[in-house]
Amino acid sequence: MSGFATEVSVKLARQEGWNRPPLVEPDGEGELLELAMGPHHPSTHGVFRMDVVLDGERVIKLKPVFGYLHRNHEKIAEKTTYLASMPYTDRLDYFCSLTNNWAYALAVEKLVAQAVPERAEYLRVILAELTRIQNHASSIGFLLQEMGASGTPLMYAFREREKILDLFEGLTGSRMMCNYMRFGGCRVDASALWLEAARKVVAGLPAFVDEFEQFLRTNEILMARTQGMGILRPELAVNAGVTGPMLRASGVNYDIRKVDHYGIYDRFKFRVPVGDHWDIFDRYMVRMLEMRESIGILEQALKDVPGGPVMDAKAKIRGFRPKPGEAYGRIEAPKGELGFYLISDGSPNPYRYRVRPPSLINLTILEDMCLGHNVADVVLIFGSVDIVLGEVDR
Amino acid sequence: MLGEGILKGLAETAKNFAGSFVSAERLTTVEYPEQRIPTAEAARVFPFLVYDGSDWEAGMRCVACQICEKECPPKCIYIEKSKDKKPDYVGKMQIYPMRFDIDISVCMSCQICVEVCPFEAIKMDTQFELSTMDRFGGLLYDRKQLSQSNEYYHKIHPTEAAEVDARLAEEKAKVEAKAKAAAAAAAAKPAQSAAAGPKSAEPAAGAKPSGAGE
Repeated sequence: MSGFATEVSVKLARQEGWNRPPLVEPDGEGELLELAMGPHHPSTHGVFRMDVVLDGERVIKLKPVFGYLHRNHEKIAEKTTYLASMPYTDRLDYFCSLTNNWAYALAVEKLVAQAVPERAEYLRVILAELTRIQNHASSIGFLLQEMGASGTPLMYAFREREKILDLFEGLTGSRMMCNYMRFGGCRVDASALWLEAARKVVAGLPAFVDEFEQFLRTNEILMARTQGMGILRPELAVNAGVTGPMLRASGVNYDIRKVDHYGIYDRFKFRVPVGDHWDIFDRYMVRMLEMRESIGILEQALKDVPGGPVMDAKAKIRGFRPKPGEAYGRIEAPKGELGFYLISDGSPNPYRYRVRPPSLINLTILEDMCLGHNVADVVLIFGSVDIVLGEVDR
Repeated sequence: MLGEGILKGLAETAKNFAGSFVSAERLTTVEYPEQRIPTAEAARVFPFLVYDGSDWEAGMRCVACQICEKECPPKCIYIEKSKDKKPDYVGKMQIYPMRFDIDISVCMSCQICVEVCPFEAIKMDTQFELSTMDRFGGLLYDRKQLSQSNEYYHKIHPTEAAEVDARLAEEKAKVEAKAKAAAAAAAAKPAQSAAAGPKSAEPAAGAKPSGAGE
């Protein structure tokens, strides 16, 4: 770790004295209650079930059940062309379609050794960081919704998200299913007008984060319910392959933007927030601080967007047939490491197409975080993982 | 003090609540059916077919090449080619779609058909109020329902449509110049061949229409 001032601010935010009393071991008396938690009706967009075994209020066993939203994403991608998979990647994590696009484009660009123009790289960074801000804002909103603050924090987050989605619509034509990036650049160029609008939105973001923090950080209910809850030890987090804000909240300084230097991230100055108590509060705080860092990156990137094309002249749209080979492209998506693994056999469609979804892998340690906690806290711990079921089940 | 944090948060909400009466900027929602936010120029919903002129059938740009049908990720386009041909915008004889259906209950508005179309024939509409009582037939649009004039395209995507028109005009000018050059060459040829003898006049006359058609 090297000079992460943000780590200090996680500590500053914490007020001692709100930690829960030590958990009582289950006494083994009475009957156990088995319960299926979670909405699993097919009409809800997030379909997930937890089979919990309870001793009174305490969870003594928890099994996450996935697969309700499985829709053959990988197999469909193996049956269609490389380009036709791009709009399907929007539907993985439907909150962050632009980072999904980027991860897939990066994998294909690695496969065919395709260069990306400078302007496109800048636009990608701008869009990815805007995506990160809106994802973190709404994930904190949902976390508080699950805590019982029904509506208000979420509406504040969505009010800000709306402005970012308007930017996405202005550039890509769609609010959520952007389908914007292509192998070798981006689909359409951003006008000067759009960049001006983006600067205006970014200028308003610090005030939003301040307000959001003012609104929540010192709230006693939030402190009492998040501090010391759902602790994820760094060793377990690393061994389970947990990535993203979850891993950083567990005290491991691992950010793929810093590790891989993909895109043009090495040109921007930003810090990596790291937690030191490994609990829900740290996950919340890490996301809060990451939003601030993202605003910093956006300010730097929007200052000097170079001119030029957004699509490499050699890039192919029709008749795209990579040479046989394989490639793995990964990025730091808002939820963690999102990777696409592709094997080409020289045909227009990939021989193998594999997604490494952060949501699914971050969810696998749910039981370890929940054991010994009350049922009401399970919902909160689940909310702090920040998942989108579209990505968990694919 | 216990409860201080909660009060701080409540002060923030109160500020927002009171502020919404003072400044219109704080009101972030609109009453939808009465009030409408104008759609963004780049907005896309479902595809439509562009035609030039006033007759949708005669002016249709689509030449039934079926590239969009093949590239469409959810495979929602159905095309049947025509048996006869009609002239396209540069005057070349082309087949046209006898049948062009898009099942918009399957379409996912990804715009890939627009990107792959070499004839600028399919574009994205911004019309989104499309609910119907018939979920199968009502959402399967045929070529007549899909046709929209070039003027309509200009109305919904002015910048993009202007670019497309410029590109098409450039292409047409190129084709016309080529045809003119070919016609001139063909006109020069019979004169030469007439001087050489009557035997070679026949292929030169035959070359003229094919050159013009290119």
